[in-house]
Amino acid sequence: MYLAKINITLKESVLDPQGQTVLRTLQGMSEQTVQDVRVGKYVEMKLQADSTESAQEIATRICDKLLVNSVIESYHLEIAKL
Amino acid sequence: MKVAIITFPGSNCDKDIGTVIEESYNANVSYIWHKDSISSGLDLVVIPGGFSYGDYLRCGAMAKFSPAMESVVSFAKKGGKVLGICNGFQILTEAGLLPGALVNNIGLKYICKDQDLIITKNDSKGFWKNYNQTIDSVSFPIAHGEGRYHADPETIKELESEGRIVLKYKNNPNGSIADIAGISSANGKVVGMMPHPERAMNPYTGLFDGKIFFDYFLAN
Repeated sequence: MYLAKINITLKESVLDPQGQTVLRTLQGMSEQTVQDVRVGKYVEMKLQADSTESAQEIATRICDKLLVNSVIESYHLEIAKL
Repeated sequence: MKVAIITFPGSNCDKDIGTVIEESYNANVSYIWHKDSISSGLDLVVIPGGFSYGDYLRCGAMAKFSPAMESVVSFAKKGGKVLGICNGFQILTEAGLLPGALVNNIGLKYICKDQDLIITKNDSKGFWKNYNQTIDSVSFPIAHGEGRYHADPETIKELESEGRIVLKYKNNPNGSIADIAGISSANGKVVGMMPHPERAMNPYTGLFDGKIFFDYFLAN
């Protein structure tokens, strides 16, 4: 069994008003070190696969097909063995 | 005129648009459940507004894998006429029938109000090429949280130069790039828009401008 951990964020070119709102709040809290905030989503999937490579391939296919819209989003995928 | 309206779990404007097309344009309307496919011999398919599959993950993301949408994609690829309103527009972009995507409004609020719109007749090749009326602005209600149109600069340039921007916002309410409220496919047959022309079809509700759009769209 494998665990796919997927972090999805809006692309740099797409304005993220949620991130901007959080950034303004942080600045209001005097957290002056914070330069930028992007708010995204996190998906975990448990997969039955023969190998890490195979789990990676399945998870990538699912990301490209459903979980991520490449017009507006980018993602980072990590596979862990359970 | 034979019209199919796709109904997903969470659709809520299917009867609104169906009633308008049936009563004002004397069409033969059928409602197609998401698990079924559309029949042959249709003149128009409408993807109505609402919250298909709860709008989980992304608005319209799940709908493209339904049997109904798969049959709509092949209908559109054969030159069929498809109209997507609000959630229907989001579904058409997710299904790849229209370019770009709809993301959350710049102010992060759900906006529900009457909205002034510009009929963009900037190109004789474009969507409005046969439009011969003098009216160049209309008012339709909008009701969305994720209506900010986004596409890369090349796509925007293409939409503008080909006259495929169907409607633009006056006083852009949601941060859409180039004030885009609605677009068409390259062949002009697939149209998606965030505003609701079907809610501007009855003087009792205050607006009647939907007739300008439907009169033109259904006849051309």
